[in-house]
Amino acid sequence: MQIIFPDYQSKSKHIWRVIGLLFFLLALLPSPAMAEDASILNSGDTAWMLTATALVLFMTIPGLSLFYAGMVRSKNVLSVLMQCFAITSLMTVLWVLYAYSIAFGGDGPFWGGLSKVFLKGVGVDTLSGSIPETVFMTFQMTFAVITPALIVGAFAERMKFSAMLIFMAIWVTIVYAPICHWVWGGGGWLGNKGILDFAGGTVVHINAGMAGLVAAIILGKRKGYPATHMPPHNLGYTLMGASMLWVGWFGFNAGSELAADGVAGMAMAVTQIATAAAALGWMFIEWAKHGKPSVLGIASGAVAGLVAITPASGAVGPMGALAIGFASGVGCFFASTVIKHALGYDDSLDVFGIHAVGGIIGAILTGVFCAESLGGAGFGGDITSISGQVSVQLIGVTATLIYTGVVSAIILKVLDGVMGIRVSEDEETEGLDISLHNERGYIISN
Amino acid sequence: MKKIEAVIKPFKLDEVKDKLNEIGIQGITVTEVKGFGRQKGHTELYRGAEYVVDFLPKIKMEIVIADDRLDEVVSTITKAAQTGRIGDGKIFISNIEDTIRIRTAERGEDAI
Repeated sequence: MQIIFPDYQSKSKHIWRVIGLLFFLLALLPSPAMAEDASILNSGDTAWMLTATALVLFMTIPGLSLFYAGMVRSKNVLSVLMQCFAITSLMTVLWVLYAYSIAFGGDGPFWGGLSKVFLKGVGVDTLSGSIPETVFMTFQMTFAVITPALIVGAFAERMKFSAMLIFMAIWVTIVYAPICHWVWGGGGWLGNKGILDFAGGTVVHINAGMAGLVAAIILGKRKGYPATHMPPHNLGYTLMGASMLWVGWFGFNAGSELAADGVAGMAMAVTQIATAAAALGWMFIEWAKHGKPSVLGIASGAVAGLVAITPASGAVGPMGALAIGFASGVGCFFASTVIKHALGYDDSLDVFGIHAVGGIIGAILTGVFCAESLGGAGFGGDITSISGQVSVQLIGVTATLIYTGVVSAIILKVLDGVMGIRVSEDEETEGLDISLHNERGYIISN
Repeated sequence: MKKIEAVIKPFKLDEVKDKLNEIGIQGITVTEVKGFGRQKGHTELYRGAEYVVDFLPKIKMEIVIADDRLDEVVSTITKAAQTGRIGDGKIFISNIEDTIRIRTAERGEDAI
């Protein structure tokens, strides 16, 4: 077929059109597969981790804050909110000054050293795997924020705000950051043993839960406990807070993969499944035992499930998650009701009963349901059997319980001697909001 | 002048108020109170800790009226507030020495 070029200009336009078409066709050819390079920034991973960080911060402010605030008496509602908000601020500063370095600065077995104090070496373009190190650092910071905030529940309604701040500053330095390093830091001794703790069953929950128990015992029972009726003043807040914890926990668990991939997807799925199973587990067992299902019960059950699936979220499959969630919902119910009342300590908001017990149940069952035969992702390190994995899990659980129990007790005892950690009887009776903060949570008559 | 204090079940407030309106009672004061008489409380349960709660929410109405209207008002309140079950409440009657309308400084029965 003859192409007719009416004049010179048309011919030149036509040639450019052909060249353009050729380039277009070239662009359609499949490009050779690019190998994954760990030292290149992956924007998908980074986008997810930026989001996950925000979700985990949201878990503390206002998720956990509201969860706890609703459970105390109205005269103390602000004190709990204040404690969580202040802890968030304080832990942020300490983390960037030196605690990040202790946790992630180096390769020792027990501590990470001081090479990253003041975030030395962490710049705009510094990478940690496929994400900026700034994002990794901030993500981990939100864990260092929520762990001490959890302890608030154990000493609620009777601890001095000043003593609490100092306790938390010391605690994050010599308890949280080291344990974090043992499990997640380079060269950490528990990580090296092959412990499976994906998002912090030991580092966060058993740790905070045990510190809470110690604090509850050392501070002593609230005035009037247990004879005086101290019901939650606003279960609406509590349920709202539990809901925010549930949603935010996707950042906590799925974010612990530090990437946007299949493992993160499974982590999100098992988180949802375990939480629902636990909420139902607590609700049904309470219904059977006491005759009515309660809002406080279902909210507590959900949190118990979230806690238990935390260590398991990178290693178990959906059916394992169902089992873990249900076990935690039922187990934590008994720990927070029957066992707590039998032993008589005043863990105001059941930090031990839910976080420590749920964390222990989760840690041990992670060792079981990680098995590929049970739908899991496989054992950690060089481990080859369920019993081998469970043994390592138990070592982690025990080491955490002992270390945090002993060190937290020492810090509290010393502080009590130096400055006193409990408010006066009058302050406790009036309520902490007015006594320690000069404010009222509810001014209805206006 | 007499003062009537009536402690009634909260859900009966609208009915009593409407019936009093119908017989021309001009004003009432209402407070939310809690109390118990022979009506026992109930139990509440929080994480396995069971408590007996004695007090129940009630409404207290205070009305000041002329002496000659006493019986009419008492029977209106009683009929409207009654359910026939324990916990219906009580009415207390006391003497009032004087009443003053703040806006106009009127005193006595004119101020009611």
